[in-house]
Amino acid sequence: MKHEIVEKNIGLMIVFIILVISGGFLAEVLPLFFLKSVNEPIEGLEPLSALELEGRDIYIREGCHVCHTQQIRPFRAETERYGHYSVAGEFVYERPFLWGSKRTGPDLARVGGRYSDAWQRQHLYNPRSVVPESNMPAFPWLFEDVVNHKGTAAKLSALQTLGVPYTDEQIASAAGELEGKFEIEALVAYLQQLGTVLSDKR
Amino acid sequence: MSTFWSIWVSVIVLGTVFGCWWLLYATRKSQTTDVETEKTVGHSFDGIEEYDNPLPKWWFYLYLSTCVFALGYLALYPGLGNFNGLLNWTSTNQWEAEVAAADEKYGEIYAQYGQTPVVELAQDEDALKIGQRLFANNCSVCHGSAARGQVGFPNLTDDDWLWGGTPEAILQTLHNGRMGNMPAKGVMPNMTNEQVDQVVNYVLSFSGREKDAAAAEAGKAVFAQGCVACHGPEGKGIEAMGAPNLTDNVWLYGSNYEWIKETVLHGRQNEMPAQSGRLSSDQIQILAAYVYSLSN
Repeated sequence: MKHEIVEKNIGLMIVFIILVISGGFLAEVLPLFFLKSVNEPIEGLEPLSALELEGRDIYIREGCHVCHTQQIRPFRAETERYGHYSVAGEFVYERPFLWGSKRTGPDLARVGGRYSDAWQRQHLYNPRSVVPESNMPAFPWLFEDVVNHKGTAAKLSALQTLGVPYTDEQIASAAGELEGKFEIEALVAYLQQLGTVLSDKR
Repeated sequence: MSTFWSIWVSVIVLGTVFGCWWLLYATRKSQTTDVETEKTVGHSFDGIEEYDNPLPKWWFYLYLSTCVFALGYLALYPGLGNFNGLLNWTSTNQWEAEVAAADEKYGEIYAQYGQTPVVELAQDEDALKIGQRLFANNCSVCHGSAARGQVGFPNLTDDDWLWGGTPEAILQTLHNGRMGNMPAKGVMPNMTNEQVDQVVNYVLSFSGREKDAAAAEAGKAVFAQGCVACHGPEGKGIEAMGAPNLTDNVWLYGSNYEWIKETVLHGRQNEMPAQSGRLSSDQIQILAAYVYSLSN
């Protein structure tokens, strides 16, 4: 085969390029859509409540995922520190997933229940007040702003469309549940459930 | 993975490897010469031309060796659908082997420490070194790296204990956690603002710091009604309920008039999270010894 044929036929080149870049997708991604072990929730997994979901969106808004991962890799050094390694079935309702890619702070995949609510609040208000060595930013405005629940029902029903098992009652009552809740309450509720379904001894 | 997807993946993966191999030979075959010449492929752009020379040999063979490497890798490791590879490697296996190796190395040491009484363990320097590491990883976030605590999180180095400082009490605290709950205005929900002022003065008078002696005197009755149930008639607290001693000048939530007023008005909730689901009982034993050693 001559280079020339490919180089001088742009249409043919496009076909070849598509073929090359789709190889990885077809082999590595496509089969996962049909694989049970990555599509089935682990036992006891529940979708986030309305409050926790808004907490998750605050987590995204404040960029927590930029410095904190939510994925414990199967290495002893990690399981000793953070708990059982993460499994695919824990993330089936996560849209988007918040695995993150960089650990400036510790992994949060199993932070739920690890510290008290009071600690979480104090730490978010001023991290240095409990961990003097910390370089995490403070988030005092979470204590002043109430959760905006205008879009909550729409978020839940969008997730329902994508296959997250929310009931219609949950969607209908979502906004009411959030009335007058402060953002800090939503964020702490979200943090305190992280990774609690699969908690194993380190 | 179903057979279909297994075959699907294998065909694409092997197809890619052999495709590269074929491409390499196919383009080489069309080369008119095997040695470097001045000959160009014939096109010119702004006077820039392209030589029509073969790939350098070392480069060609390097490319080829990546294909061979890929085939070797696919034989040893999982990559072809349901074929597990000759090494039978999985990330879970690797983790289990790592944990098993560590257990073999440290398991006996931990088991031995786990059976040693806390008081005795607190004399063992090696155990305390482990304890210090465990503390740094798991406890220092609230209690501080020097275990001196913060506002709201108890100092573990002094002789004052909310839930008791005996080895049994420390173990119980670590294993099952503790829930501290002071209700707003104690058990006297209709406490007036004046009465709040009086009782705060009375509490301050335990350490001789009352602002208003008359109010402190009046506060005694309020204390008897709203606070005695947990803090005891003399304000010395009740360990079984985690109710702090108010007379010892150790303050979890601040000692001045404003802080104490805040505590009385709104109550305090605090939680020590249970560790038994997170740490092994041997590790908890070592931690208890470490905490015990801080004040004994």
